[in-house]
Amino acid sequence: MEGLRKLEKVCQILEENGRDPGRLITILQAVQEEYRYLPEEILTFVATSLNLTSAHVYGVATFYSHFTLKPKGKYIIRICDGTACHVKKSTALLDALRQKLGLKPGMVTTPDMLFTLETVSCLGACGLAPVIVVNDEVYGQMTPEKADKVIDGIIKKEGIGNGK
Amino acid sequence: MIEARYVNIDNKQVPIEGEHNLLELVRKANIDLPTFCYHSELSVYGSCRLCMVEVEGRGLQPACSTPPENRMVVRTNTEQIRSMRKIIVELLLANHDQACPTCPKNNHCQLQSLASKLGIKKVRFKSTLRNEPVDTSSFSLVRDPNKCVLCGDCVRVCSEIQSVGAIDFAWRGSKSAVMPCFGKNLGSVECVYCGQCSRVCPTGALTPKSEVEDVWKQLDNPGRMVVAQIAPAVRVAVGEMFGLEPGATSTGQIVSALRAMGFDKVYDTSFTADLTVIEEGHEFIERINKGEKIPQFTSCCPAWVKFAEQYYPELLGNLSSCRSPQQMFGALSKEMLSAQSGVKREDIIVVSIMPCTAKKFEARRPEFEREGIRDVDYVITTQELCRMIEESGLRFDALEPESFDLPFGFKTGAGVIFGASGGVSEAVLRFVGERITGVKSDNYEFNMVRGDGGLRQASLTLNGREFKLAIVSGLKNARELIEKIKSGAASYDFVEVMACPGGCVGGAGQPVYRDPHVKKMRARGLYDNDKMLQLHKSQDNPYLAEVYKNFLGEIGSSRAHGLLHTHYKTRKRIFDEGVTINESACEAKVEVDVCFGTGCFLKGAQGLLRSLLEYIIKNDLGDKVEVKASFCFERCDRGPVVKVGGETIEHCTFEKVRERVEKAL
Repeated sequence: MEGLRKLEKVCQILEENGRDPGRLITILQAVQEEYRYLPEEILTFVATSLNLTSAHVYGVATFYSHFTLKPKGKYIIRICDGTACHVKKSTALLDALRQKLGLKPGMVTTPDMLFTLETVSCLGACGLAPVIVVNDEVYGQMTPEKADKVIDGIIKKEGIGNGK
Repeated sequence: MIEARYVNIDNKQVPIEGEHNLLELVRKANIDLPTFCYHSELSVYGSCRLCMVEVEGRGLQPACSTPPENRMVVRTNTEQIRSMRKIIVELLLANHDQACPTCPKNNHCQLQSLASKLGIKKVRFKSTLRNEPVDTSSFSLVRDPNKCVLCGDCVRVCSEIQSVGAIDFAWRGSKSAVMPCFGKNLGSVECVYCGQCSRVCPTGALTPKSEVEDVWKQLDNPGRMVVAQIAPAVRVAVGEMFGLEPGATSTGQIVSALRAMGFDKVYDTSFTADLTVIEEGHEFIERINKGEKIPQFTSCCPAWVKFAEQYYPELLGNLSSCRSPQQMFGALSKEMLSAQSGVKREDIIVVSIMPCTAKKFEARRPEFEREGIRDVDYVITTQELCRMIEESGLRFDALEPESFDLPFGFKTGAGVIFGASGGVSEAVLRFVGERITGVKSDNYEFNMVRGDGGLRQASLTLNGREFKLAIVSGLKNARELIEKIKSGAASYDFVEVMACPGGCVGGAGQPVYRDPHVKKMRARGLYDNDKMLQLHKSQDNPYLAEVYKNFLGEIGSSRAHGLLHTHYKTRKRIFDEGVTINESACEAKVEVDVCFGTGCFLKGAQGLLRSLLEYIIKNDLGDKVEVKASFCFERCDRGPVVKVGGETIEHCTFEKVRERVEKAL
């Protein structure tokens, strides 16, 4: 039923936006909220519904780094690597998190689809450097140890074994 | 008295006479400003920055997107501009695959010629070429991303002229690239293979796919009888590659070149164009008499046929069932030649020489294959023919003209004008006119259907009935016209559609042109050919009459139908998977697949799917029934369409699905 609920949600998103091709970005944001990424077949569906070409919709979806065409984890961890955070050793934090999550080079999402790790250029919270954001929650003045605890907390909450 | 408006360009006063931008004015002053992204037929894009000029008081401005103003002072050749142009070209070369001698665009590439004109001897920047895979998936076109300069000409021609939009920009910054949706290849998306993208591409990023090597192999095989057919538009364009004016006819030279290469027979597609006129005209009269499936759309253009199959499945019944002249030729010649000469069908190789890239795709349609043997084996474009002539070492200008072989080399003027937009309509009128009135007439020119606009209308009265015609070239114009017909804002009896602007003379297989005037000259060349021939009406073709008498039987006979007519199928635009909505691991599950394509969606697929899922939940069938939503079963005219088990249900309702599911359980 989950599949239909989502597809109906897409139909609803399209209706709410009046099937207006000018609202493509808003529509894609809402669709991504629903699926946590933008599946190809849904993009094709959105394109046909808005009377746009799939190539155009794909162009928009790949242009903005906010959009992703690959499934992302339930928890998206964004590490700030802006100047202030970088100076405050965000790189060490990134290495520690990659190790904690068991992410091999080139991987950004854990195989169980629980976590996705990304770097961003600035979160605008330089006073709290180094900063990470997990979904919508901001964690300031992070250290590898503190980050470890945040991850453990989520794993515990999700009721899954002992990390990876 | 109004003072004349002018712009001062490089110390010369150039009058403003309705030019839209400085670039047009500069070119009027006989200064060849380089551009990649400017085409007078397309919207102004202003991305390549090669046409930058210095406007006094404003600094450097792109000429293509700067409107001319009175007394503007413009300089096109300063130290700053020259060095900037060089840098632009060097940067483009830095991420360009510079394998020029082996590139299909070698010697016709604008990047190559610009680098040479600007005297670039060395690229000062480090190569950033990524070596992306080359897309050879389609029969018609090759897309080599390593040669793309991101001018966007192809993107704009595809959406602005053809309203297809099969390719677009994706990604951003240094990763920017032009590609079909989801990075798929051209063979699996909505591309109609008209190839106009390759016509406007300044480099070798998009080129027609060559079959020259395959044809040479067949010519070298002594066991094969290799026959050529030449499309009308080819004869007025080949000369351009050998220094002749556009529109100059070189039919005789082409025939003699093909014989020299080793073709056993050289025939004219215009012969089967005459045949098309008879069959299509006959079909039209029948439809008029029955009053059904009007307007009749032409079906000679394979890009238009694929377009209609993808976007207007409800109109497929209105398309003439006639095969294109190329396919009629393939089917008829193989059948007749094998019967007459005793050569087996599989040993007869038909090579078409076409102005078109979509014809390559058409020849591979499964409808045009009998007992595993294709009606047309190879399709080469005008460009490829020129390459073969060059490769043979033949001096084109010194070739003695020769004439076609008979019977398929004999045509009337009606079969020749097929290559220009409006030509098919005129040829059909020459037949239908005499048929309907029953009067033979000396007049053969129907000037009301001629012209060079992309969307033209004409009407004429025959036996007291008014016939309305529309002549369209460019698929965007076709789309506009169809929308008008569907909304009832316009009605016609006969609609001619050609995908390429100006018809086949402007095809993407022709020598590349940038000046739109070239296709007008080619079209004029075809009408001149018509005048020079003694016969102008397909029904007067004596060899055609003989073919009917000895081989096909009556016009529209069952034999004619089998060989000369075809059917169409609704076609999905993009090959992809559907969305699984309810997954079942059960082995004995019932699979239900609901079409969610646009047509079915509009006909209520969503409500049907919802009722189905409510029913599954209510009866606790979640484990036993697997539900998928797919994007198009290609039966859009009979939607909503649902598949239960292996059975496809058209005009489906929830009740019908429930009945089938219950039965299956």
